Amino acid sequence: MKFFRILGRSIRDAFKSVGRNFSLSLASISCIIITLIIVATSIVVSYNVDNFSSELKKDLTIVAFVSNEVDEMDLAKLKIDIESISNVEKVTFKSKTDIKEEMMNEDDSFKNAMSEWDEEENPLQHTYLIKVDDIEKIGETATAIKNLDNIDVVKYGEGMVDQLVTVFKVIQNVSIIAVVALILMTMFLIVNTIKLTIFSRKREISIMRLVGASNFAIKLPFVVEGMILGLIGSIIPVFITIYGYYALYNYFGGKLFTDLIKLVKPEPFIYVASLVIIGIGILVGMIGSGRAVRKYLKV
Amino acid sequence: MEFIRFNGVTKQYKNGVVAIYDLNLSIEKGDFCFVIGGSGSGKSTLIKMLYREEKPTKGEIILGGLRVNRLRNSNVYKLRRKLGIVFQDYRLLPKSNVYENVAFALEAIGVKKSEIRPKVLKAIELVGLKSKLRDYPDNLSGGEQQRVAIARAIVNEPKLLICDEPTGNLDPVMSKEIVELLADINKKEGTTVIMVTHDKTIVNSMKKHVIALKDGHLFKDYKEGEYIDEIL
Repeated sequence: MKFFRILGRSIRDAFKSVGRNFSLSLASISCIIITLIIVATSIVVSYNVDNFSSELKKDLTIVAFVSNEVDEMDLAKLKIDIESISNVEKVTFKSKTDIKEEMMNEDDSFKNAMSEWDEEENPLQHTYLIKVDDIEKIGETATAIKNLDNIDVVKYGEGMVDQLVTVFKVIQNVSIIAVVALILMTMFLIVNTIKLTIFSRKREISIMRLVGASNFAIKLPFVVEGMILGLIGSIIPVFITIYGYYALYNYFGGKLFTDLIKLVKPEPFIYVASLVIIGIGILVGMIGSGRAVRKYLKV
Repeated sequence: MEFIRFNGVTKQYKNGVVAIYDLNLSIEKGDFCFVIGGSGSGKSTLIKMLYREEKPTKGEIILGGLRVNRLRNSNVYKLRRKLGIVFQDYRLLPKSNVYENVAFALEAIGVKKSEIRPKVLKAIELVGLKSKLRDYPDNLSGGEQQRVAIARAIVNEPKLLICDEPTGNLDPVMSKEIVELLADINKKEGTTVIMVTHDKTIVNSMKKHVIALKDGHLFKDYKEGEYIDEIL
């Protein structure tokens, strides 16, 4: 009970103090806002990059084209050979007739051209679609398949995905560096804000000491003040995250440039991201004010 | 009953100045005691050691059974809750009114709101400022401000009231009123009072226990009524 009374008092005092040192509080809050907007951006970017790269990788399939000089026996043997390669999860056979049918269904012009092909004339190749267990080793697996007899060509669409992921990773790293630098600057500003509060309340602190307030009760209002600065500073970034991401998602129709890159659905992602942003804001405020209290408030 | 005991207390400051030399003295419970002496005699150091603002270099201070010199820094607040302290410069919060200033002492130590009001009103009534409850320190006379400070010091019903030159900024009439108020609290509440002063007129008129210090030594310990104005 006593704890809550002291906490309540601290919160009241902290709000008063934010108002009293308004200009410096505003500077700290602005800095927190900028930092958190960048934090929010990097959360959105990195989460989306992680999401689409793992989605894409999940879909990555090795397509092995079989040479046309094979018979039923060879095909069956080939399937067993492919399955025996480690890292191969699933092998699906698609005959050239199946592929023809598929292509004919997709497009009318294909339909016209292909309808005249019979089994012998069909220039398409039988294929095996291979899913792998460990996507990182897809290159090795593809090579192993390529080395089998009667396999003409092996393809897997990895190169493009990797390039995209690399580009986004660079963006992610740059934003992490910016965020760390900004967080340090914000903390420095908070330390100074709280320092000013401590100095402006010297008399109050000295009276609190004289009447026997515990160290905890003396220090708490200042730490709470830092946390409140962080909390206030996170309001605007949270709104930007929520409305900004909705707008972005709707503007691009849930995908970025191509169907390949799907954006993360706004819900519940933006709410989780908002909580993280608020958490970071409060934490940065708390650490900053904690430092100031340790440095400038001797009890 | 003995309440405060100084056993061979010496205080040397970090800059080498020795403020108190091997001090032995005892103060009874419910006593009203003046500490007198010229500048640099060690009066302030003596009471600062009582509320653990300073730690003795040597010796032992026992206050109500508690070894003050052995108290850990993190536990000093527990000692302070049993003390009331009044200073020459009042140390009031300028932006708080009389009631808020007194209530502050209880709020700071987490007393329940429902308990604060009656205690504060009682303390303010005791110092005779009931009619000025909502006044701000700036609108009060020096004597009234000191009364507020005294109300704040006694609101938590301390066992010991320490006053560091409480009449230093006041004219003789107001000084007398303040000392009479302190004597009144001492008598009515049974609070032990230690008052540092160099106002000889007051000391002469009150005929109380007087501890006279000179250059950090105990010059003389006058029992109640023994003190006659001597040149220190």
